[in-house]
Amino acid sequence: MKFNDKDKNDILASKLNEQAEAQTAVDTTAASEEEYSLNDDRRVKVLSPGAMVAKRFFRNRIAVVGLVILAVMFLFSFLGGVISPYAEDQLFYTETIQKKEYAGAVRNNDFRFLASGDAKFDSAIQAQVVLAVTTGQDAVTYRDTTYHVNREGEDFYSVTTDGQATLVGIGYKDVVTSSVEGQKLPFDLVFATLKAYTNDENAFELGGEQYTIAEGGVVEKGGEEVAFVSRYVINPISPDIFLSRDFQEQLVIALESGADKFTFTDENGESEYFIDYKPDVKNWVVRQETATRTYDRYAAPSAKHWLGTDRNGMDMLTRLMYGGRVSLVIGFIVELISLIIGVILGGLAGYFGKWVDFLIMRIVDIFYCIPSTPIIIILGAAMDTMGVDPQIRMLYLMLILGFLGWPGMARLVRGQILGLREQEFMVATEASGLRVSRRIFKHLVPNVIPQLIVSCTMGIGSTILIEATLSFLGLGVKFPFASWGNIINDVNNTFVLQNYWFIWIPAGICILLTVLAFNLVGDGLRDAFDPKMKR
Amino acid sequence: MHKYIIKRLLYSALIFFFVMLVIYIILRCLPTSYLENVARQMSQRPGSKTYQEWLAQLEAQYGMDKGYLAGYFGWLGNFITGNHGDSWFYTVPVIEKFHDTVWLSFWMGLIVMFFEIIISIPLGILAATKQYSVTDYTVSIVALAGISLPTFFFASLLKLVFSVKLGWFDLFGLVGRNYERLSPMGQFLDKAHHLVLPIVTLVVLSIGGLMRYTRTNMLEVMSADYIRTARAKGLDEHTVIYKHAFRNTLIPLVTILGGSLPGLFSGALITETLYAIPGIGYTSYNAMVGGDIPFSMFYLAFIAILTLLGNLIADLLYAVVDPRVRLS
Repeated sequence: MKFNDKDKNDILASKLNEQAEAQTAVDTTAASEEEYSLNDDRRVKVLSPGAMVAKRFFRNRIAVVGLVILAVMFLFSFLGGVISPYAEDQLFYTETIQKKEYAGAVRNNDFRFLASGDAKFDSAIQAQVVLAVTTGQDAVTYRDTTYHVNREGEDFYSVTTDGQATLVGIGYKDVVTSSVEGQKLPFDLVFATLKAYTNDENAFELGGEQYTIAEGGVVEKGGEEVAFVSRYVINPISPDIFLSRDFQEQLVIALESGADKFTFTDENGESEYFIDYKPDVKNWVVRQETATRTYDRYAAPSAKHWLGTDRNGMDMLTRLMYGGRVSLVIGFIVELISLIIGVILGGLAGYFGKWVDFLIMRIVDIFYCIPSTPIIIILGAAMDTMGVDPQIRMLYLMLILGFLGWPGMARLVRGQILGLREQEFMVATEASGLRVSRRIFKHLVPNVIPQLIVSCTMGIGSTILIEATLSFLGLGVKFPFASWGNIINDVNNTFVLQNYWFIWIPAGICILLTVLAFNLVGDGLRDAFDPKMKR
Repeated sequence: MHKYIIKRLLYSALIFFFVMLVIYIILRCLPTSYLENVARQMSQRPGSKTYQEWLAQLEAQYGMDKGYLAGYFGWLGNFITGNHGDSWFYTVPVIEKFHDTVWLSFWMGLIVMFFEIIISIPLGILAATKQYSVTDYTVSIVALAGISLPTFFFASLLKLVFSVKLGWFDLFGLVGRNYERLSPMGQFLDKAHHLVLPIVTLVVLSIGGLMRYTRTNMLEVMSADYIRTARAKGLDEHTVIYKHAFRNTLIPLVTILGGSLPGLFSGALITETLYAIPGIGYTSYNAMVGGDIPFSMFYLAFIAILTLLGNLIADLLYAVVDPRVRLS
């Protein structure tokens, strides 16, 4: 190659300089070392063209920075996904405290009735009794029978017939419920309890047994709870909630004291309950503060999620790693597809010339003129409409991008080969009778490779950019797969734009850095490959 | 010269024919379900025709009832005679929607080009004249960063800073809420105000390319023999750079800028979409995503013509500016 001599001379000059310096040093100490003669090959260290390119490349600091960024990005994407404790589409949940309606309580202002044994005490009589109580009468007559309404306590009346002899039933407003689920209390006990309760007595005797009424209306027999009296009727908000006796007692105490919240401990642990009075319907709504499991959406960065979580409750950092994988792989494969088509067609056109060249170049002209972005958008939208599977879609995307990218590559290869074909060394290969295949692959192709490497490096960068743009518009890589573009896609939501920087800024920086690094490395390679560039 | 132009025009027409054939076949190759889907969507719009009527119209308009070639010639005939049909998405004639939107994109593109030129050419020259200096590295890296910056990311950053944090601009749209009540001058200023961010986005993203191009060409000229001659005869550096080097750098610059003139009409597809600016880019984006085939075909043909025209202008300008080039 032409530039070898020139570079050799440079190296020679610098070697000579060094030697001169070394010489002065040696002279002062001991002049024992043997000197090489001027045209001794050992004096000159000859570098291979590849080593020279590498040397020039690593001397370019900006390009090295680009290379380092690329290395970091590759490690981040390909190794990061392995190291990360989370999976690409692993969902995270969080416990959020919510106040949910739990129970309703209403103060009983209507009379309730209970018949004594088998006595006839139907609703018609009950209505007459209510009328009597409100008007203050102590007896009503219904169907030739006289019912006596006797006040037994506050809002507690007994109804008798046959001149007070037979007890028909009772009317009351305070509700007595059994402490044992599903068990009916005997009439006598209800009567006795109400009698004592409405007269503010806290103990009574029935059938030789002693009962006490504790604060809150708990009726106990020998220390054991049997029933519960309260003016309040308490119902759960939905049938699947069971309200325990303890809870109802607590609630009644809270209601009577006018508190607006209380705590209660059940088998699920302690929770806080809030009581709201609704004046329009005259009842109380009890809301329970419960922890509900929800997707951990847009969680801020923390020790568990270094970059927070995204809109689906997935770990952002892990998504970024997998997204990088997708973006980089797409970039490489797309560039590989264009490279293969471009090199074959460009090589054919350049080497054979004439009508082959004419035909291929006209095809290139046509493809060059096809507006690729609109076509990709149309195809993306069509795939949306047809509901293509995300994985297959990714494949299509690569094929489409690759197929639209080859004309540039073909032009480059053709131009290079056309120029090289006329050079002396190609004439020499022909003169020395080398085979055509050897001429092409040993002498022509290696000379095109530098330009191809540069063009591919920069091409990968721009492919990543196109893929990201498409994914951002929702026409490229689709959920559940991550790509840097579709991670940023969430910024279309203005709320995310304003509040959750960690959703979109890291992904944007990743794209920017990666594409920039590819461009820097491409630039550096171009300079390194160019023998005219001398620094 | 005339002969050359006519030859090139004919050749461009041929390329256009094949380009549109490829595009037509691509669109035709989309499975039939696509058309049916579009028809179904269309028929569900309020006050629309029935599904069958839509499908029949779609197939007739798309040439689906004919073979590929016959359908294509049908479309081409319509296109050449100026019969572009009605847009399905906008329910107005395609050409009307086009006239409504293209000028906004054109003016936007013109302003962007103006800023692009006055920013990147001086910087490119500066970088080239001080090769390997800090200025050169800064300019090169900024230019590369501009090329590498994803449009949507940069636009989002601008929105965050200037719309959300500072509140200077609206997030989306061309006109503000009070647009109807403003005076004509106020309306103009309102539009201009809404165009600031899109134009900034486009300028920042486009200066990189031109800057690098200027720098590369300037460097090439600076290493030419006549520059050495100019220096050797003792001209001061200013004269060397601006009278000898820059004038020769202008040849490729004028060529590439002239070639990009038709592109001013093509609109900025992505940027307009991001800012919801109703130029030709955003309009076509919606049409394409919405499966509006007449509008999409028209837009694609329009872009193809602009590209061919750009190439033609670039080649002609090259010959006009550089007397060494002879057209043949």
